[in-house]
Amino acid sequence: MTDVPMLKAEAVCKRFGRLEVLQGITLEVRRGEVMCLLGPSGSGKSTFLRCINHLEKIDAGRLRVDGELVGYREEGDKLYELREADVIRKRAEIGMVFQRFNLFPHMTALENVVEAPVLVKRVPRARAAERGRELLDRVGLGDRTESYPAQLSGGQQQRVAIARALAMDPKLMLFDEPTSALDPELVGDVLDVMRRLAEAGMTMVVVTHEIGFARGAADSVVFMDAGVVVESGPPSEVFDNPRHERTRAFLSKVL
Amino acid sequence: MAAIGQPAQEPQHLARPEEIRAVPVRHPGRWIASALVLLLIVVAVHSVATNPRFGWGTVGDYLFDARILRGLALTLELTAIAMVVGIALGVLLAVMRLSPNPLVAGTSSFYIWLFRGTPVLVQILFWSFISALYPRISLGVPFGGPELVSGNANTIITPFVAAVLALGLNEGAYMAEIVRAGILSVDEGQSEAAQALGMTRLQTMRRIVLPQAMRVIIPPTGNETISMLKTTALVSVIATQELLYSAQLIYAVNYRQIPLLLVASIWYLTVTSVLSVGQYYIERHFGRGTSRGPRMTPWQRLRMNLRYIRPPQRREEGATP
Repeated sequence: MTDVPMLKAEAVCKRFGRLEVLQGITLEVRRGEVMCLLGPSGSGKSTFLRCINHLEKIDAGRLRVDGELVGYREEGDKLYELREADVIRKRAEIGMVFQRFNLFPHMTALENVVEAPVLVKRVPRARAAERGRELLDRVGLGDRTESYPAQLSGGQQQRVAIARALAMDPKLMLFDEPTSALDPELVGDVLDVMRRLAEAGMTMVVVTHEIGFARGAADSVVFMDAGVVVESGPPSEVFDNPRHERTRAFLSKVL
Repeated sequence: MAAIGQPAQEPQHLARPEEIRAVPVRHPGRWIASALVLLLIVVAVHSVATNPRFGWGTVGDYLFDARILRGLALTLELTAIAMVVGIALGVLLAVMRLSPNPLVAGTSSFYIWLFRGTPVLVQILFWSFISALYPRISLGVPFGGPELVSGNANTIITPFVAAVLALGLNEGAYMAEIVRAGILSVDEGQSEAAQALGMTRLQTMRRIVLPQAMRVIIPPTGNETISMLKTTALVSVIATQELLYSAQLIYAVNYRQIPLLLVASIWYLTVTSVLSVGQYYIERHFGRGTSRGPRMTPWQRLRMNLRYIRPPQRREEGATP
């Protein structure tokens, strides 16, 4: 049972019109593992991430989270689309953090964190608020619970967004370039929170350009380019001893 | 990174240069324009005050007349009900129009086309003559199925009901476009984040998108409410005794048309002013979380501005003895 990988992609393909964004992505993330996805912009990293919680539909291949197909049900050799309610139930088990934070601007930090557990999981509001305070405290924002997103810095907003995703008790966390929209001096706080999360055993897939973070926190690194996996392996191998020319060219630019 | 000698820059704050006190630019054009406008105002006020045909005495007699006040109450009632119907219908039509189902979206577009494309006066008359089209109105299973309730159209669709239907259904078409613009103004990342958290489309709309859309929806809705208040005067054509028709009934007897129209106008202006103030506070409520500073009422802002004006003057006096 615990041998089932948390995420298993087999030849995942995705098209936007005629543009082949993903051309057969195969990879595996085991329980408790942190995987970093690297690659130039337009290589399909973010699209792949969005496929994992079915914000995008895949066109070919198989994508499994915790052993279950994403977005479909397989009976015999036939695939059935899942009803919206089932898609939503599975999505609620996967946390997602966006590049642009996407906090709800009309709610305070605490309300942002409390909203989904109350609405989706029917947690009593008082208990959700207690848990929300705890989570905000954990990301270092215990004193900003009543602030609106506009009153917070980018780094603080992103940490609220992480707390918001954690409030749903996800079994998998997806990070879509979580520090790309931040001022350089604010990046550290967000990466610290992510590092602690990884140490606590959270399974994470992180699209990032932060090589330092990938080197320190990732169990495996995947380098993508033009919709295919060019190279993958433990960070020490991919960063210090890249086998592929394209990986080497990319690393020489970002390091 | 380690800036050398940065502490040395600190004393700069102490050596504050002398404040600029320059001779302001003169604006003779502004003075001439002000004088002209002032003259026109004096002429207008004088004319209004001294022309006995305005009948200000009569205006005073009828301003709080029971018939006028009853008409005013009906006008307010019509405005409120028509706006509630219009807003509810507007939200429904806007969500329908954004539906991926082409039949649902098309039905909404057709409704908006029909009700926006015909004069509201025509629609009011249509509803008042509805009995000519459907003498009996019944509720039940269509195409010859059993009837649950039925009745004479003339007894169900009273002039008041006809007025509410006409104004409300017409308003729904306009509100639909306002609500749709509001929904489209909300960043797509918002519904994406809500969906990623496991919210349904309905939950996302109700809790995340619509509250943010309100900021865009409220100002034109306030406009629509004020406009509705005045549009209710049109239903005087189907003998509904709202404010204007009440005034007309009185001057039909005493022939004091101008004073009574002034009475009606004064009440319309009064209610409009109250509505504008209400709109300001509703906007303030839905604008929460959009600015970094504390949100202030006009009074607070006035007080703050006064505070800003005074202290520099005092400092100036103290600095130049």
